Amino acid sequence: MHKEADIRIPLILGDKTYHDITEDVCAPAEGKANKLWYMAFTFAAIVAFWGICCIIYTIGRGIGVWGLNNTVGWAWDITNFVWWVGIGHAGTLISAVLLLFRQRWRMAINRSAEAMTIFAVMMAAVFPGIHMGRIWVGYWVFPLPNAFGSLWVNFNSPLLWDVFAISTYFSVGLVFWYVGLLPDFATIRDRAVKPVYKTVYGILSFGWTGDVKAWIRFEEVSLVLAGIATPLVFSVHSIVSMDFATSVIPGWHTTIFPPYFVAGAIFSGFAMVQTLMLTLRKVVGLESYIHVKHVEYMNIIIIITGSVVGVAYITELFISWYSGVEYEGYAFMNRATGPYWWAYAIMMSCNVLSPQIFWFKSLRTNLTFTFFMSIIVNIGMWFERFVIIVTSLHRDYMPSSWEMFHPTFVDVGIYIGTIGIFFVLFLLYARTFPVLALNELKSILKIAGEAQKERNKDTNTSTPSNDKL
Amino acid sequence: MDQFEFTSSHKKFTFGLMGIGLLALMWAVYCIMGSEGADHHAASARLWSNLLICGFFFIGISVAALFFLAVQHAAEAGWATMFNRVFEATSSYLYVGSGILVAVLFFGGHDLYHWMHADAVAHDDLLAHKSDYLNPTFFWIRTLIYLGVWIFFMRLFRKLSLEEDEIGGTKIHFRNQKYAAIFLVFFGYSSSTASWDWIMSIDAHWFSTLFGWYVFSGMWISSLVFMTLLIIWLKGKGYLPKVNENHIHDMGKWIFGVSCLWTYLWFSQFMLIWYANIPEEIVYFKARFDDYKVLYFGMIIVNFVFPFFGLMDKDNKRSIGWVGTIGVIIFITHWFDVYMMVTPGVMKDHWHFGGIEIGLFLGFLGLFLFIVLNALSKAPLIVKNHPFLDECIHLEQN
Repeated sequence: MHKEADIRIPLILGDKTYHDITEDVCAPAEGKANKLWYMAFTFAAIVAFWGICCIIYTIGRGIGVWGLNNTVGWAWDITNFVWWVGIGHAGTLISAVLLLFRQRWRMAINRSAEAMTIFAVMMAAVFPGIHMGRIWVGYWVFPLPNAFGSLWVNFNSPLLWDVFAISTYFSVGLVFWYVGLLPDFATIRDRAVKPVYKTVYGILSFGWTGDVKAWIRFEEVSLVLAGIATPLVFSVHSIVSMDFATSVIPGWHTTIFPPYFVAGAIFSGFAMVQTLMLTLRKVVGLESYIHVKHVEYMNIIIIITGSVVGVAYITELFISWYSGVEYEGYAFMNRATGPYWWAYAIMMSCNVLSPQIFWFKSLRTNLTFTFFMSIIVNIGMWFERFVIIVTSLHRDYMPSSWEMFHPTFVDVGIYIGTIGIFFVLFLLYARTFPVLALNELKSILKIAGEAQKERNKDTNTSTPSNDKL
Repeated sequence: MDQFEFTSSHKKFTFGLMGIGLLALMWAVYCIMGSEGADHHAASARLWSNLLICGFFFIGISVAALFFLAVQHAAEAGWATMFNRVFEATSSYLYVGSGILVAVLFFGGHDLYHWMHADAVAHDDLLAHKSDYLNPTFFWIRTLIYLGVWIFFMRLFRKLSLEEDEIGGTKIHFRNQKYAAIFLVFFGYSSSTASWDWIMSIDAHWFSTLFGWYVFSGMWISSLVFMTLLIIWLKGKGYLPKVNENHIHDMGKWIFGVSCLWTYLWFSQFMLIWYANIPEEIVYFKARFDDYKVLYFGMIIVNFVFPFFGLMDKDNKRSIGWVGTIGVIIFITHWFDVYMMVTPGVMKDHWHFGGIEIGLFLGFLGLFLFIVLNALSKAPLIVKNHPFLDECIHLEQN
């Protein structure tokens, strides 16, 4: 039997029963949406529609409608791609790595974080897709036998590794998420009154029976998938970083990129989880399950990863001088003091300095402040990618070809549009899915519920076990 | 059995190892004395590089033990509370280790670091450029700060831990958590800069941003392996009766995970430099590839393949035999990792591997064991009154 120390903060507040958990989690999927949901959905759908129009315009006219020029051949497209892939890192980290570390607090947030991951990876995939120009031949990124002569993918290219890494990540993430959903879909199915719902959730739950054998297999599969997903947390963003680091462009070619990108991805992913969860817990009334302690844990991860990213920034800056390589030194000098100094300043202040504020317990346990900070981090991480990509390119070896990048309305529209599509998907998810792993959550109620913990304390004192040693 | 007894036979064993080390040292000194010119220089470079390898390898183990202890405090981890004394004892080598490292750097710096030669710096633009950072005064300031702060935190955690045994309560637990966070911030920077200063600057022209993290992961895995072996040994002697296969399983997971981390960082550094193939970076791997091919790639393969395949299976991670055997193997091959960081830069292609290397390693191991076991015998083997002790005793894997 698991023991939990008395000083650990309860993970489920109040005196909840198993039935309460079912009721609380199923309520949003079973009830009717409120006005706020419809308003948010309408707004997100309008933004998404604008984005889709811009995407169609791009496909129709070609990528000349973006602000790219000869010198800056990669800008917002790849920035947005890396930003979204990065956001998609927290879900797998929470569900896989925290599972392996036996962090029980993950159960309150893993479901939605994984949903976020899947939607974020879908948004990321939009950008390389439309950047190809001829999206109808997008399947050429796969090494398929073909009748077009010497047409074949370039296995030396990190862009191809990206295709493999991200599609693997997406598939495993989806399977992991779905396997976790099976028992919870079954709970909704069993409670459904209308036959339509019963059939739909019945199909979705794959005929889950809930007997002991099913649970044993469920746990085994979760563990195996966690084992597979953990290296993927590392591999995906490492390979994304290699899109840059395998080149010989000053500012891009540096060995710290893979682990530093992974840390940055977790950092931005947790910021997005905070943004979503702080809203979700209020809207669907799950304050007992996702409370201050959960937010504090996530804020601590934000300080750690933010600081790791900070160490990496400073390492890069220092080594660019230490290396004695003129071009490397200039690339960093230009980042910090050149015409894009403001982007560098935003990156540094949002990603490295601002998370340090979470050293104060009163601030990292303040939900409003956390929400504000999560937005700041999201902005900072977007600028990090912008700084890496655009400031390394815009002043190349030949001063006569130095250029600035000016985004067009299409660049802006597609970026904002993917945020709209993302929220449309997430809002639909929040209405139809069990947003918490309710059956898993029940497994910790007896040891980590507030009232239950109090009651355990009383029994513990009657049979002291501390002096056994 | 809650007090470890450092018996005279244990002491004799460690003295025996130290004796072998002393013989190797004397042999190395004899080689230096009895040679002239280039041979004399090579013999003295060989001795100093070996002293740096062992000095750094073992101080890395002890500071990584302190790091791991701090992680347990900061992360409110409960599974390893019974091992806290083992972590503390391993970190206690920092005193002696610092003394040895300072001596090696002080007397051997000239043989180890090209940039310490004023005449070389005068004729080398790159070294002159770096001399704002790589100059003896600043080097010594940094070295003393790292070692001083590490020792400060090592003493602090030890003191608080002994105090907690006496007074109990949760106050010390929360103080530990706070101090651990501060130490981790300092360690986050100093582990990187220390490895630049002591190791990367041997190849003074070369640079790699990932180097610090790579070296850190090597220290961490060596430390984990050492501490796991110590726990297994103590368990075999009948100590730590409440430690069972669940605890070994967790240590095995850490060994597995950090071995993968080490390989990942090695590969990231190697692959990016190999792929870009630009002269100022590739020299580092070219030296290792041309003159040390078998040793270098053998070390990497063993350090990855053995823990990866040997400890992937759940049952193996729970087996003392498996974890112990793989632990011993990769403990040695991680020493070779440090060997491969130092030797090519100092010895170029005039390297030898023989009695001096093995003897000095054994000598350092004897000294290290003596200090760790001695520290272990000075306090109860398991902490008392730690709020997570009960959790650790009832640890169960799922």
